[in-house]
Amino acid sequence: MASRARTIGLGARLAGASALGLVAALTLGPLVALALRAEPGRGLGPAEWSALRFTLVQALVSATVSVALAVPAARALARRRFAGRALMVTLLGAPFLLPAIVAVFGLVAIWGRAGLVSGVLAPLGLGPLDIYGLPGVVLAHVFFNLPLVTRLLLQGWAAIPAEQFRLAAQLGFAPRDVLFQIEAPMLRAVLPGAFTLVFLLCMTSFAVALTLGGGPRATTIEVAIYQAIRFDFDLSRAAWLALIQFGLCTVVALTALRLAADAGFGDGFGAAQRRWDADRPGLRVLDAAALVALALFLGLPLGAVLVAGVPGLAALPASVWSAAALSLGVALASTALAVTLGLGLAVRIDAARARGRGRATEAFGLVGLAASPFVIGAGLFIVLHPIADPFALAAPVTAAVNAVMALPFVLRSLLPALTEARSVDGRLADSLGMRGVARFRLVVWPRLRRPAGFATGLAAALGMGDLGVIALFAPPDVATLPLLMQRLMAAYRMEAAAGAALVLVTLTMALFLVFDRWGRGRVAA
Amino acid sequence: MAVLRLEGLEIVQGDWQLRADLALEPGSATALIGPSGAGKSTLLAAIAGFVEPARGRIVWNGRDLAPIGPADRPVTLVFQNHNLFAQLSVERNVGLGLRPDLRLDRNDWNRVAAALANVGLDGFGPRAPAALSGGERSRVALARALLRDRPILLLDEPFAALGPALRAEMLDLVARIRSESGATLLMVTHLPEDARRIAPATIVVEGGRAHPPGPTATLLDDPPPALAAYLG
Repeated sequence: MASRARTIGLGARLAGASALGLVAALTLGPLVALALRAEPGRGLGPAEWSALRFTLVQALVSATVSVALAVPAARALARRRFAGRALMVTLLGAPFLLPAIVAVFGLVAIWGRAGLVSGVLAPLGLGPLDIYGLPGVVLAHVFFNLPLVTRLLLQGWAAIPAEQFRLAAQLGFAPRDVLFQIEAPMLRAVLPGAFTLVFLLCMTSFAVALTLGGGPRATTIEVAIYQAIRFDFDLSRAAWLALIQFGLCTVVALTALRLAADAGFGDGFGAAQRRWDADRPGLRVLDAAALVALALFLGLPLGAVLVAGVPGLAALPASVWSAAALSLGVALASTALAVTLGLGLAVRIDAARARGRGRATEAFGLVGLAASPFVIGAGLFIVLHPIADPFALAAPVTAAVNAVMALPFVLRSLLPALTEARSVDGRLADSLGMRGVARFRLVVWPRLRRPAGFATGLAAALGMGDLGVIALFAPPDVATLPLLMQRLMAAYRMEAAAGAALVLVTLTMALFLVFDRWGRGRVAA
Repeated sequence: MAVLRLEGLEIVQGDWQLRADLALEPGSATALIGPSGAGKSTLLAAIAGFVEPARGRIVWNGRDLAPIGPADRPVTLVFQNHNLFAQLSVERNVGLGLRPDLRLDRNDWNRVAAALANVGLDGFGPRAPAALSGGERSRVALARALLRDRPILLLDEPFAALGPALRAEMLDLVARIRSESGATLLMVTHLPEDARRIAPATIVVEGGRAHPPGPTATLLDDPPPALAAYLG
């Protein structure tokens, strides 16, 4: 035990404690403020019950559809080798980074009343499609989460030992036998966690519900919080709604953490396994259809953003560039904060893990999963309102909240690398007396750099594309790029919105790629 | 008599390749020995139908096995790991050797029980694989191989993780099964003493080539330079 204690120095301990304190202040503070502001005995009115019902229904339908469609898509990817497979697997990660408002723009271009699909249906006497309300919210959530579940399942398939498929081939298993004896156990292990994770993400997704939902019958709790603060200035109602949202999300997040083995952001997708049971023409056609459908479902909205965006660049208002600059500043600030907090917490958690503890600290870091930006944002609004003008603090508050939201992803990237550095090299480093900066530079950093680059890129992309708490705090004359885009769409300035979408998606992807590539660079140790 | 021939066989994987031109006597027991990465397991995988040769033929009893899938080849391959389905009981894992859909009648289940008894696992049928030791799992895989009753038995180091005494016990079990069934045995091993124990003939795999089988005792007592370098 004494040797393990040396793995964390005084500086690292201080950094860990500071990070823990700051995260606690940013999460517990707003939650306490909400609890104090919610008037006892107020109860829920019909509008709140409706928001609660719609939140749960859309999350349930979105998660069910995402999971149901991901199974054939992931299975086809897992058992087919074809040119472009690696690219397709990589692109499955793109929707997670894509700003929600950009995706909504692309989906409206394909599935909206004047969209591609309605255009195809019109000569047949069908349509036009109405994307607003539950169908649109579900469609957008499936667009975001189908690729995530597909990647999670693909990791599950890649984890099945190749010998099991060889054994199945040797024993003459039919596809049905392979499904029941080999694939079903994996699906039973992966799907509950994936379903719960998607359910949680759909419960806390604001931008989609704001742009495609709306109206009394299609309002989520988050949109209701937004309306309570921005339109009615009813802070007590906002506090009640935020507490309900936090309670629900905590239950779902704890379930997701218990069930989900991995978040599916890392590697481990591998090459397709050779599958003798799938060497049948019917199954080939089925898999090809699943892959083409997946590619079209994800690719067409992205293509629509590009096609509409290029001519839209000419119609860009000057405000786009000031909004882009503000977005970049907010994103970089939130990224710096998220990575600093994440690293401090990760070091502390890893040191505690070495002593068989650390779960409480880990739970703090993951609170961003349970407390949505709106819950924290509403709490901060209530904290700030008596002492300052919350609208004047839109940028720093957004950066701070986004940092807390990115923290679970940063921790999930950094912790395994830190734990590996300790478990693989820790004793050797201890025996050689390696400590402090030298130990970090020579032992830890070479393992940490790649996940750190990925986590930084992810945090930057999420911060850049965020349309959450900024909508709550921003005064009319201030906007980040996603908020400006939403305002342009609401004003039906679709050409300008298309141009802004292209600028936003380019900046978001560029930020991610720059940091991720930096992480993959050679470590000079 | 049925004989296994590898005729001008070439397996190519990227820059790596393995050639083999040899024959195995029917009912013989042969060890495959050679350095890691030489291609011993790949050669077994090719015979079992999991790896397609670039050139040449694998012939059993005069018949080219190329168009025959793994399930229909006269071969049972016992892997190094993952021989059992974790979610199926021991008896159901063995029963797969009779029917992959596990639609077994009373007579079939009796055969399963007899096969388990034959490998020393009487009464183990309802247990889960997770409740078994490494040696017991290997015995289950052998019981299933017994039921499949294929004339060629390929062992890809299934006992590598076992201790010396248990490994010797398993090798004796394999020798008994082979002798009772008359199967042709081809077994990958890293250990000369394993080859001496049950395989009168040995194939040395090194330098991109699987050499024709030679007498095990002679090869190990007076090894050619490549084998001597490997054995140390």
